[in-house]
Formats: sequence, structure tokens, C-alpha cells
Amino acid sequence: MHQLAQRVQDTFPAGFVSSTEWRGDVSVTVTRETLHEVAQFLHDDPGMDFDYIVHVSSVDWPDDEERFEVVWEFYAIRKRQRIRLKTRAPESDCIVDSLTDIWKGADFMEREVYDMMGIRFRNHPDLRRILMPDDYTEGYPLRKDFPLRGKGWRDTFDFLDEVPR
Amino acid sequence: MAFEDQRTTVYKVDPEHPESESLPTLRTEELLLNMGPQHPSTHGVLKVILELEGERLVKSTPVLGFLHRGVEKLAEDGTYHQFIPHTDRLDYVCAMYNNFAYCRAVEKLMNLQVPDRAEYLRTIVAEVQRIIGHQFWLGTQALDIGAMTVFFYCFRDREILLDWFDELCGARLTTSWYRIGGVERDFTPSLLDKLKKFLDYFPPKIDEYIVFLETNRIWVARTKGVAVVSAEDAVSFGLSGPTLRGSGVDYDLRKYEPYSAYPKCEFSVPVGKNGDTYDRYWIRVMELYESVKIIRQCLEQMQDGPIMADVPSVTLPPKERVFTNLESMIQQFKLFSQGFNAPPGEIYCGTEAHKGELGFHIVSTGGGKPYRLKIRSPSFIHMGAFDYMSRGYMIADAITLFGTYDIVMGECDR
Repeated sequence: MHQLAQRVQDTFPAGFVSSTEWRGDVSVTVTRETLHEVAQFLHDDPGMDFDYIVHVSSVDWPDDEERFEVVWEFYAIRKRQRIRLKTRAPESDCIVDSLTDIWKGADFMEREVYDMMGIRFRNHPDLRRILMPDDYTEGYPLRKDFPLRGKGWRDTFDFLDEVPR
Repeated sequence: MAFEDQRTTVYKVDPEHPESESLPTLRTEELLLNMGPQHPSTHGVLKVILELEGERLVKSTPVLGFLHRGVEKLAEDGTYHQFIPHTDRLDYVCAMYNNFAYCRAVEKLMNLQVPDRAEYLRTIVAEVQRIIGHQFWLGTQALDIGAMTVFFYCFRDREILLDWFDELCGARLTTSWYRIGGVERDFTPSLLDKLKKFLDYFPPKIDEYIVFLETNRIWVARTKGVAVVSAEDAVSFGLSGPTLRGSGVDYDLRKYEPYSAYPKCEFSVPVGKNGDTYDRYWIRVMELYESVKIIRQCLEQMQDGPIMADVPSVTLPPKERVFTNLESMIQQFKLFSQGFNAPPGEIYCGTEAHKGELGFHIVSTGGGKPYRLKIRSPSFIHMGAFDYMSRGYMIADAITLFGTYDIVMGECDR
């Protein structure tokens, strides 16, 4: 196990779920309950020092019990190291802690995740849709059950039989 | 907001005329102003709702998504090769660097080694693209403020490079020249000649741009001390590229995580001090000189060799073989229609585009299509800091703020 993942596991033995290292990327999965503490630790601990938020992403695994995966990617500018922090949320209770109070940039990134995947963020200051229109009611486009070509409402449009002259 | 900014209160009472505070008859009211979606200086379709107190910005709320095309969803439906033309349309001003960032991400996923010559070609073209991007930025940013002349000069020189791209790959803007594992075609002698001529022609022109802008008192007054962001805040917001380096953080992936031919070249990363629009301008102009330096070194060091990795299960066959050889044609057809078999896994690969860190987060479950592809676009993340950076400034400074980020809405909304 990579030493960064090892440190997370040693500090949070209860919240640690798993870790992988593939193609040089270290990734740590933690439980939803400890997510905020782990993030705070990653940001504040001098050995970790992850001060730069790279992006927030989300993955939909429809067959899994905990369907949604939220992925944060952090970089430590002084230490030049990268870590990926992941957590899972089930569809019935689709909410995870927001990290906007630790990294300011998480604001827009988490809004995008909410907009695209429908994962809610606890304590987010302004959780609204960002790319889709505010009154969009057809669901969350990046979920796997959202059809690629839309939900078919365009097929219900009236078409003219002939071009009127 | 979780982070309160005190700058807004600074301007409420004019310190030289404190009596203005006690004028009882004046009714004050916050004014909401919609700027955009169609506005010439928003560089695309972007709407910002400005809350004004007089002419001061109290709060600004960017409304994004007018150019949302669902590129991430489209990626899940196509093979890895098929997605390359989509990346052109992200940051349509600088297509080459988007291709580059995407191909690097897929190469990391597939663990591909790109041949040396291809790495040099990639670096040269990427730096040419950086010059184009910075020229475009310099011209339009000055134009937004009202400095018309430099716009023409920048676009005149940009045109030379766009024609060069045209000769290289047949397109000026939507290039799609990079391929997974290499590049589409090699330089011809004529291209090399033209590039060398341009390298001699260009540096004096940069001096010209500088003279045009820095002797313009209005332009200087509207950039110095405007949109200041501290290093700590810039890092916390996830700003990248010249926008971050303007605040004094030397975060540049070309140096931090060297890739392609950059580790073999000597160049410096300009870093600002004050974190204002002027410093960010200065960094971009200095990067023009650095790009010229990098291209020169690459041209000197470049040796003959293959331009595509030889992994037939992943990389495309050379074009001339496709037209003459049945097996190569089948290989090309299968790679584009079915794709290659990617191993299951998850990677993130960031590349220093001229706007900032352009990254691709790819989740693969095996097979020819990405399971999830997330684009980390610098423009989107820079817009996250817009409200914070604009507070307390004049309404006219909102325009220079779009300029200072170098936003392109195609990339911001994806």
C-alpha cells in the first residue's frame, strides 16, 4: 500500500474502506461518515498538505448497492503529490458532506456533480443546477439510466405533414 | 457564502467625504443587472447577474450552461479514438492542446510509450498552439478594454500560424491532429521552413505588443491592481495556469510533472507577484518568449524516427498503408468502430494547457468505450472564483475579469 493511503488508514481505521494504486495514481475510498474528517486531515496535516483541489467527479454504478461514487482529486503543491479521495452513497440517501469549507473551489465543482448526477452535498452554500437550466425536470443527465438521446420528449412534437406554402 | 469577503464594505463610505454617510434623503437600493448571455466581451454565451451598489459590484452570480452539449455523456457512447474530434470543440480556440491532453490521458490508461520524434512534434505543435492562444487572449483582452490596435497586430501574426496549421492538418481551428500513441502526420520540409521563419519573425513582434499596451495609460490603469487574488485563495479555488501563477505560485505541470519533450528543453516559468490582471498579462507575454525558446530547442534536438507507437491493437496504422493494404484498412476500421480493449481502472491525467490545467478523469470497466469521462476544464473552475474576485470592483472591471481568466465558454460548459 502506498504510504499516503497507509497514513489515512492508520489515522482513520474505522472510516477507511480500501485503497488502490494504479498507473501511479493513489486512490483512497472512505466511508461517507468520515469523509469530511479525512478531507480536513488531508488539507491540514503537514505531511499531507493537499492544498489544491483539482476536480470533483462522480461515477454511477447502477448495479451496486451503494450506487453513486463521488471522486475528489487533490494535489499538494509544496509536496508535489496527488491523491484521489472517493466515497460511496446509496440512491435512497444520496447525500455526502460538502468540502466547500475546506477548499473554496469545491463550490462550483460540487454544483456540477449535483447537476449532472443528482448527488446532494450537505452544508453546500448554494446547491443549484449549474449547466442545465434551473427548471430542468427530466432528471440527471449523466446517470446511466438517462438515455443518451434524451427521454423522447422531442418525439412528441407536432410535425407538419406538408410544408405550408 | 461560507467565506465572507470584507472588501465590499471598504467602499461603502468614501473616506475623504465621511459626511456622505449621513445624507438622509438619498434612497439607496441594490440594483440587479443582467449581463449577457449575448455580450461582446463575454467571449461566448455567458450570463452574469451583477448586484450593484452604485457602480460597485456587491455580488456577481455567473449563470453557465448556455453552451452545454453533453460532451461527457457523448464520450460514453463512442470509442476512445472517436472522442478526439469532440475535444477540438471544448476550447475551440486551442484545439491542439485539448487533443494533446486527451491523448495523454488515454495513453496513461493504456500505458503506451510514444516514440521520441512524436513527442517532439507534439511539444512543438502544442507550443505553437500556446502562442496562438496567448495571441488570441492578448488581442481580445485589450479589445475589451478598448485598446484596438494590438488586436489587429495579434491577429495578423496569429493568422500565419493558423495557415501553418492548415498546411499541417487541413484545418485551422478544429485540428484533430494528435492521435492516441502519436500524431497523424509528420512535418513536411515546407512546414519546417515556415516555422523557422516565423520563429525569427515573431520575437520582435512580441516587443511591439508590449509597447502598444504598456505605453497605454488607460490600459495600465485598468489592469494594475484589478482583480487581485492572493496566492492562498488562488490555490484554494483551484485556479491554474497563468491565473494561478500571477499570484506567485509557480505551479506548472510542465515542470511539476514533466511530460512529452518538456523535460529535455530548458525554459523558465514566469511567476507574478501581485496577483492582479497586469501580472497575469505579463506572465502570458513572457510565456510567448518561452514558447519560442522551447520550439527552437525541440527543432534542434529532433531526430528522425517513427511518429506513432507500434502497438497495432491500440494505435492506428499509417495512412498510406490504409489505402494500399487490406489488413491495415481492417485494423483502422475496427479501431474506430469497435475500439481497443482498455484495461479496467481509473486514471487522472492533467496537462498544462495555455489556460490552465486541462485534465481528463477516465474510468474504464474494460472494452472499447470509457465508462465515465470527466473533463477538468480550467475555464469552468476559474468561473468559480469570479464572484470572489469581482467583489468591490467597478462594473467595468467585470469585463476585464473575463479577460483575465481567458475563458472560452465551449470549454466552460462542455
